[in-house]
Amino acid sequence: MEALAIVWFAAIALLWIGYLLLEGFDLGVGMHMLVSARSENDRRVMLNTIGPVWDGNEVWLITALAGTFAAFPLWYAALLSTLYLPFVLVLVGLIFRAVAIEYRGKHPSGRWIRFWTWALGLGSFVVAFGIGAALALTTTGLPIDANGDRVGGPFAALGPAALLGGLAVVGFCLLHSATFLALKSDGPVRRRATAYAGGWGPFGLLPLLGWMLVVQVQRGDPLGWALVLLGLGGAALGWRSARAGREGRAFAGFAAFLALGVAGIFAAVFPVVLPSTLDRAWDLTVGNAAASPYTLGVMTVVAGFGLPLVLGYQAWSYWVFRRRVAPEHIPADHIRADRTRADRVRADRVRDDRTRTDVTRADRAAR
Amino acid sequence: MDVLEIARWQFGITTVYHFLMVPLTLGLGAVAVFLQWRWWRTGDGMWLRATKFWGKLYLINFILGVATGLVQEFQFGMAWSEYSRFVGDVFGAPLALEGLLAFFVESTFLGLWIFGWKRLPKAAHFASLALAVAGSWVSAYFIIVANSWMQHPVGVELVDGRPRMTDVWAVLTNNTALAAYAHTVMGALAVGGGFLIGISWWHLWRRRADGLDELPGGRRARVVVGADPVKPWRDATDHRLWITSLRLGAVVAILGFGGVAITGDLQGKLMFDQQPMKMAAAEAACKTGSSFSVLAIGDLGAKDCSSVQTLIEVPGVLAFLANGDFSTTVRGVDDLLPQYQRDYGRTLPDRPLYGDRAGQKITYVPLMAVTYWGFRMMIGFGALAAFAAAVALWLTRSGTVPHSRWLARLALLGILAPFAANTAGWVFTEMGRQPFVVAPNPNPSGVDGVFMFTAAAVSPGVTAGELIFSLVTFATIYAALLVVEVTLLVRYVRGGVPSAMPELAGGSDPDRDSDGDDGGDSDTGDADRDVLAFAY
Repeated sequence: MEALAIVWFAAIALLWIGYLLLEGFDLGVGMHMLVSARSENDRRVMLNTIGPVWDGNEVWLITALAGTFAAFPLWYAALLSTLYLPFVLVLVGLIFRAVAIEYRGKHPSGRWIRFWTWALGLGSFVVAFGIGAALALTTTGLPIDANGDRVGGPFAALGPAALLGGLAVVGFCLLHSATFLALKSDGPVRRRATAYAGGWGPFGLLPLLGWMLVVQVQRGDPLGWALVLLGLGGAALGWRSARAGREGRAFAGFAAFLALGVAGIFAAVFPVVLPSTLDRAWDLTVGNAAASPYTLGVMTVVAGFGLPLVLGYQAWSYWVFRRRVAPEHIPADHIRADRTRADRVRADRVRDDRTRTDVTRADRAAR
Repeated sequence: MDVLEIARWQFGITTVYHFLMVPLTLGLGAVAVFLQWRWWRTGDGMWLRATKFWGKLYLINFILGVATGLVQEFQFGMAWSEYSRFVGDVFGAPLALEGLLAFFVESTFLGLWIFGWKRLPKAAHFASLALAVAGSWVSAYFIIVANSWMQHPVGVELVDGRPRMTDVWAVLTNNTALAAYAHTVMGALAVGGGFLIGISWWHLWRRRADGLDELPGGRRARVVVGADPVKPWRDATDHRLWITSLRLGAVVAILGFGGVAITGDLQGKLMFDQQPMKMAAAEAACKTGSSFSVLAIGDLGAKDCSSVQTLIEVPGVLAFLANGDFSTTVRGVDDLLPQYQRDYGRTLPDRPLYGDRAGQKITYVPLMAVTYWGFRMMIGFGALAAFAAAVALWLTRSGTVPHSRWLARLALLGILAPFAANTAGWVFTEMGRQPFVVAPNPNPSGVDGVFMFTAAAVSPGVTAGELIFSLVTFATIYAALLVVEVTLLVRYVRGGVPSAMPELAGGSDPDRDSDGDDGGDSDTGDADRDVLAFAY
């Protein structure tokens, strides 16, 4: 087995962990806009905690996929074609989510805002569930033949592991975004997020723990078990800190659980990247799915130079926007932006009030 | 319908749609960088207004480009798994580099720009936009490198029936890629320029129609600029913004079209060499010759040339397009076909990969109705829009637009022409590559056996039902989102500058330009509990 192929297996694992850690709270915030927000102002506070950074976080997904394509073309081809329909749904979720974030505030009607809130919330749920299911299936196995093509119909690939993985990422995102919101917001949103993270929220980690245990029991090695146990330590720390109101530690603890646990999963399945449930001889492995050493070498050079740079400027953007978003920071722009057809400036004040009432009504309806 | 047909329709629809957003993102982004640079250097409030207004339209369009671009990243593996396996060693790398070196820069710095008004010092804020737009331009380069490898595979050797990358430099500097990249970004500038002309024209016309600006009689009269007594933002600066935007747009468009013509000529000459059948089909040229066809009739969709009749042709022009002189004979379809059949076979090989398609006769001539008219629409719409940009510059020499509703409508309609030229160009070049997904490379740099029929590229395990479901889903969502985007754009355009700068409408002195004045001191901690300059 090529040393570089092993490096790239680790790099892909790292990209997925980075994606789950970063977009994890974006997706969770999207869901919480439906689950735990109580007013339009709550929702805007939530949305603006991720506003400047969500798009950069999503690039981790693109890079994880493109990196898989470049480093393990056979893995990329088998995984995406076998899970065709789930990925169609993930794409629909991604499209609606992205457009919702940008367009939601661009037209001051209650119905418009309500529609995009649902698009954002449901889109985030579908993406979290779909990505979780796909990741779980790539660690537990898919019905692929020797060429890496699916045997059976469109739903042949789906089973309990898909459900477990889907719930795992959804549960994690809900909790992860709660600790994130506790750190990044102020006012009612912060209070409710803290309560969620110190209360029932951590139970949402159970499916994730389930996925970790299933993989470790099936394929486990000492390293995998050690990482999972370390991760559990992180989760315990996170829970204690959340109950004690220590927001930074709570965020870090639960994040460590995901990072270590998923690292443990990848460590346990290594060197298999996609097991075949039909015949173990058809497993895709780091050895047989990898690109040529030359290509891997080129990629290593570029990633070795590029990834630290990415981490640097993304960290800087978090630093620039480090301030908490509080209800009083939210401007009333959405409503003012509707001056397009206002014929008289004097009428604007009236219009604004009316639209504001409209939005409040939307809130009530949404509840 | 065959899985292959549906998968091709899906790829075509999703990609053409994606490429409606892309050139506007590239072109308008470059314009926005220029506008903010002017504001940063001069402090003139007009440039700030222009940056905010055009920047807002840029963002509304940008997000749809992102959303539809995601589909591209997935669908090679989803619907074209055999293709992904075949080309993965060389094709995946540019995509990964695009993510690492372009998309991260683009998205992170755009976030910094959108939310960075007031937060960042002016220079850093300007740099954020410049980096974000540079990220878009770099991403365009990488994806064109990937596409150009399909047009002209270089830098590989054949190992176990699959191309293996041996020279990444050759892939990155593929002459096809360099020409196509230049051609694409020039086309994008043309789109951006046309967008500026159309919208600025409409606003200048509204100002005239509302009686704000007047043009006294006389041959060399200059516009007399007025102000709206009710809407404080419709002042002299507002007029200056639109006329400056219009002229800027016209210059950008003319430069863009000039670049498009030059790079298109380069690309065409490469194509005559690399994919002679595509160019023969672009001409519906059955017989070898040197004349450029202006009008051909007959059944262009037929499998052979027998019914095609060229009615009007210009001698020598085709030779010039291909080789820069007026006498070179360019090989026609009838001449090329036997050679293709000899080199790449008459029927699809009898391999499991091809499924039911194994043994089918290979049609080497692309759909001529598409290539012939695609080529002409590309050139026609491009030339029309270039001419319109020059006319716009001439008609506005007095400092405003003529008092004609008809011309204003035409200017708005003209926004579509560069889009049409771009789309036609891509449809032509992609359809013209058929029946290959990876075209064989006949040059000395080519390796025998490095080519792939589209019929072999589709995912063997995916069913027609799944593909129909996704095709219908994407087409429906895309159609709906196009309506949403255009509606939003129209709303923001109608609103004028205040739709992007609500503080202008507040009745305060519009030239105070409150935003960014305090940009020098970035975040000073929690004590500074002011309202966000921008929030979703």
